[in-house]
Amino acid sequence: MAAEKLRGSDFEAKVLRSDLPVLVDFWADWCGPCKMLSPVVAEIAEEAKDFKVYAVNVDEEPELASRYGIRSIPSLLVFKNGEIAKQSVGVIPKEQILELLK
Amino acid sequence: MFDIIIVGAGTAGLSAAIYGLRAGKSVLLFDGSSYGGQIVNTPDIENYPGIKHISGYDFATGLYQQAKELGAELRIEKVLSIEDLGQTKKVRTTGGEYEAGAVILATGARKRELGLPNEKALVGRGLSYCATCDGMFFRNRIVAVNGGGNTAVEDAFFLSNYVKKVYLIHRRDAFRAAEKDLERLRKRENVEFILNTTISALKENEGGLSALELKDKEGAERELPVDGLFVAIGQSPDNAAFSSLVELDEKGYIVAGEDCLTKTAGIFAAGDGRTKAVRQLATAAADGAVAALAAASYLDEEPR
Repeated sequence: MAAEKLRGSDFEAKVLRSDLPVLVDFWADWCGPCKMLSPVVAEIAEEAKDFKVYAVNVDEEPELASRYGIRSIPSLLVFKNGEIAKQSVGVIPKEQILELLK
Repeated sequence: MFDIIIVGAGTAGLSAAIYGLRAGKSVLLFDGSSYGGQIVNTPDIENYPGIKHISGYDFATGLYQQAKELGAELRIEKVLSIEDLGQTKKVRTTGGEYEAGAVILATGARKRELGLPNEKALVGRGLSYCATCDGMFFRNRIVAVNGGGNTAVEDAFFLSNYVKKVYLIHRRDAFRAAEKDLERLRKRENVEFILNTTISALKENEGGLSALELKDKEGAERELPVDGLFVAIGQSPDNAAFSSLVELDEKGYIVAGEDCLTKTAGIFAAGDGRTKAVRQLATAAADGAVAALAAASYLDEEPR
């Protein structure tokens, strides 16, 4: 179980033009800490009511990663009204992720 | 009330959980972020006896599943303090208060930080403690590696495969790293050694880290523009909260021998957070076994 995979072509519509806050998890398959965090993000995605959650594979979407200046993964970005509202790097507990969305 | 509370769910903590549970004790684990500890950052483990090759993530997940299936419970809570009540120990965490007959401190170690004021804010914005995790984001860029040990030299070599230029900044002129690795690194045309030099400040712009302020041993300062900095200046333990219960050495490691006993009866130390000569995956697992069995026999001997 993982959060819905996001393609670069959908980013504008699904993230930048979303009415709800959006949590985006930048990750890669070779990144151990990312794989620790993914299940937590997936859990949050399943319970999400007033926000959206997506995962971006940086190997498949290098352009997206570079556009948002991702230089360390896992990176969590929270978008509100098309802009980055909060950002966090590394494995953090679920409560701290939910805190980013507040 | 639990028989054994384990602080830290890395290799030592999870190994201790397995041995504790198999000795018939109830076990509760705490960790501030998740299971696995430092090994999760390692892409390839090739020195664990009996396993030719495994990723750090797969190793940690296997270990966690094994402990869980035996009945271990892991709570993602940070342990704030431990009180010795004699027969039992009271453990206060960010989530509440717990009691156990014995406590195993498997707190491990974390990457040592430079200690510069804007360091934390630059993590993920050009500053990294893990070259193998974040190196690919610096393809064709200019980066620096800080340190003089094996990790620093290995990181510089790894990065030299991808980046335009690597500066290896070391505060002395002698390296602790293996000579073979140094030789290999010196042959790289895009690697430049900056010796007898420390990083005194981190310069940033809106895009993140932009330059390093360097100071050599004569006191001369200069600015070095970089896109990234990889810090590899060793590790430091995280035991300050327990300094009244256990003796800490000058670096902050818990003073305990190979028997994992601390100065307080019923408190044991296992893994990288303990004073020891060799900090490897195999020795962390070994400590876990030793500490858990010591805790189990302590619980069986003490009338309670």
